Amino acid sequence: MYFRTWQRLSSVVLGLVFAPAAMADWGLNMPVGITEVSQSIFELHMLIFWICVWIGVVVFGVMFYSIFKHRKSKGAVASKFHESLGLELLWTAIPTVILIAMAVPATSVLIKMYDTTNSDVDIKITGHQWKWQYDYLGEDVGFFSNLTTTTDEIYNRTEKGENYLEEVDNHVVVPTGKKIRFLITSNDVIHAWWLPEIAVKKDAIPGYINESWALIPEGEEGLYRGKCAELCGVQHGFMPIVLEAVTADEYQAWLDDQRAGKVAEAAAALGDFSYDELMVEGAEVYARSCAGCHGTEGQGMGNIFPALAGSPMALNDMAGHIDIVINGKPGTAMQSFTAQLSDVEIAAVITFERNAWGNDTGETVTPQMIIDAKK
Amino acid sequence: MTTATASHDDHGHHGPAKGIMRWVLTTNHKDIGTMYLWFSFAMLLTGGVMALIVRAELFQPGMQLIRPEFYNQMTTMHGLIMVFGAIMPAFVGLANWMVPLMIGAPDMALPRMNNWSFWILPFAFGMLLFTLFTEAGAPNFGWTFYAPLSTTYAPSSVTYFIFGVHMMGISSIMGAINIIVTILNLRAPGMTLMKMPLFVWTWFITAYLLVAVMPVLAGVVTMMLMDIHYGTAFFDAAGGGDPVLFQHVFWFFGHPEVYIMILPAFGIVSQIIPTFARKPLFGYASMVYATSSIAFLSFIVWAHHMFTVGLPLQTELFFMYATMLIAIPTGVKVFNWVSTMFRGSMTFETPMLFALAFVVLFTIGGFSGLMLSIAPADFQYHDTYFVVAHFHYVLVPGALFGIIAGVYYWLPKWTGHYYNENLGKFHFWMSFIGVNITFFPMHFIGLAGMPRRIPDYALQFADFNAIATVGAFIFGFSQLIFLFLLIKTIRGGEKATDQVWEGAEGLEWTIPSPAPYHTFAEPPHVK
Repeated sequence: MYFRTWQRLSSVVLGLVFAPAAMADWGLNMPVGITEVSQSIFELHMLIFWICVWIGVVVFGVMFYSIFKHRKSKGAVASKFHESLGLELLWTAIPTVILIAMAVPATSVLIKMYDTTNSDVDIKITGHQWKWQYDYLGEDVGFFSNLTTTTDEIYNRTEKGENYLEEVDNHVVVPTGKKIRFLITSNDVIHAWWLPEIAVKKDAIPGYINESWALIPEGEEGLYRGKCAELCGVQHGFMPIVLEAVTADEYQAWLDDQRAGKVAEAAAALGDFSYDELMVEGAEVYARSCAGCHGTEGQGMGNIFPALAGSPMALNDMAGHIDIVINGKPGTAMQSFTAQLSDVEIAAVITFERNAWGNDTGETVTPQMIIDAKK
Repeated sequence: MTTATASHDDHGHHGPAKGIMRWVLTTNHKDIGTMYLWFSFAMLLTGGVMALIVRAELFQPGMQLIRPEFYNQMTTMHGLIMVFGAIMPAFVGLANWMVPLMIGAPDMALPRMNNWSFWILPFAFGMLLFTLFTEAGAPNFGWTFYAPLSTTYAPSSVTYFIFGVHMMGISSIMGAINIIVTILNLRAPGMTLMKMPLFVWTWFITAYLLVAVMPVLAGVVTMMLMDIHYGTAFFDAAGGGDPVLFQHVFWFFGHPEVYIMILPAFGIVSQIIPTFARKPLFGYASMVYATSSIAFLSFIVWAHHMFTVGLPLQTELFFMYATMLIAIPTGVKVFNWVSTMFRGSMTFETPMLFALAFVVLFTIGGFSGLMLSIAPADFQYHDTYFVVAHFHYVLVPGALFGIIAGVYYWLPKWTGHYYNENLGKFHFWMSFIGVNITFFPMHFIGLAGMPRRIPDYALQFADFNAIATVGAFIFGFSQLIFLFLLIKTIRGGEKATDQVWEGAEGLEWTIPSPAPYHTFAEPPHVK
């Protein structure tokens, strides 16, 4: 009985390798990945795995042989031997040799992973509670990337989409065939930026800039999904990463689009917006950037995140309201939204918050007021 | 008080005092051991309920039962309670009961301190648990409480958590000092160090680890306290501090801590396997040296928990090599256990079943540990369910099965009754099946990319999560069989002989069953 249970268990382990195709849907093994580094890591992983399997087969083989042959019910009589210096030396020496055999390839892969020199593209990644910020150094391009899975999906009020919890509004776009260096840091607590397909996982730590790199070969264009891997607070499970690999030409075109979009955005802030326009835009911004903590109906979350519906600030203190959105509240998850929202978006969302869910102040906050408040 | 005074006066010629004050004022190592064991069992069930809440939420994707903030409180409290409330006190309880009996001592060397080190614990955990009912909620930053999530961004209950950790630390240090002093001073004549049973040896080494690292834990939580309330910036980058320093200090405590939770289990298994193989332990001396080597290595491998924080290459390599070395002495132990079984005359009573499951499943946990030690691969494993699978394999079928094996092994000596063997075997098989259904799939979802400590997950992880939840409920409810069996055995059962087990050897088997309230008032002579 004991043996059979173990056998079944080990057949699952072996099945992991013998039938990778059949098991792929269940997600049994580490992804091979698309970069040279991720493939080396996968090979290393499988090498150690097989070494462990064979050690297991030998050790458990002897153990189960004894369990079956040397049992009292079969009339086995115990021997009295209880030491052997030779054996002790042997089973110290053999593992040492095996370990050295593992350490050699591991060292060379690690050295390769640490070589962040000669990069073609530098992307600074900043972790925030609970979203990622990407800045393309020297390109004047940068943006935030928020989860787009709705709270209705999360709380089972609607059907879950195909990429549930693995979808964001702005993808981090990178060119193939170029060495990309990631500079990873954090604005608040420790996060970790992890994309399994390129085997990059680095902690994002306030006060530190960690480096990592990837070279995605040409022909591997596509979308790759990853997640925050370090507990960073309430919404730790809700800050995914989507990387979009495109050809070098498409990448250049994308950079130009981004820059053009920014200029248009700044110009728009000087224009006139009606209350209705701001409310429509504000509702959208709220759902994307605020609802995660303050709730879809402005009801807040427990004792951690205050409600906005009926809050004194949303009803009476417009200056304070503008200030907290622009500057944030240090030491809390309420961060400065200056970098992640345009002036129009900030104006819109404040207008929305002051008029939605029965707040009904009737007040309109214009983009110009935001520009003035920032001065 | 009168009871205590009276009992003190005729010390050595009486049974236990009557009523509740027996337990409050006791200095008897057996009473204190019993209290430790019941306390840790209560904590096991408490932490277990929290684990089941976590697993129930993870049964399906989406948030069903609880909110993310409560989920984080549950994972945090589950870890803290299991590590500090269940596993560690259970080992101290076993040491209290068995170390004096195994070395022929009349009691622990410092009996009053012994009383105090136990009675601190209910208050420490009472304080930790009551934060669940406060407005701010319980600690929610994971049992590893990384700064600044646990300082600048922590709920206000963090201060109670810090105070609780201080109290647990004081309790552990006092317990450890007591064990060291007892072993060094109260061994029966003729019992040299190299004649001590392996359980005594492993606890002796564990006690030194405790004395070395619990003050480090106290230091790190004090630095947090200063950061939170007194304006220092040890871990605050904005004030010139260093969040990574927290991790170095924490894991300098944390890594020896994981050996604190496994070495005594090695000792228990090293007592049980020879008994039921009816053959002396193979390689006694090498077991002692291997345990000492593991203890030494435990101090120089801490940064393998931090392979992704951005350590320099050379540091990374050092910690990778040092960590891989641990496989050698650990392997020696496994080989010795297997050689002890080889050409023995084995029977499979419940303690032996748990010990055999320990050897197999702990070794599987050791294999995944070896995989994790390979730094490049760890960049993919780190902070995923692969790690959750690894440390649960070494802690549940490792440390916990070791403890349960020890309880079954010594229960007839404690109560004077044999437990019901069929019920014990039923408990074993339910636990064995449950534990594997729970934790084996976690290897797969971890490799496939599911991070740990998330309350909700992407759809491709759904099947294995559902399986793991079913396993967790099987495992959790199986422990009620254990509770029932324990109560039943205490209340009655077949009378146990003095030797209890046919193949048992050692001083604890020379005294009557149940062990009298006072034993070895006259030291035995060991040849």
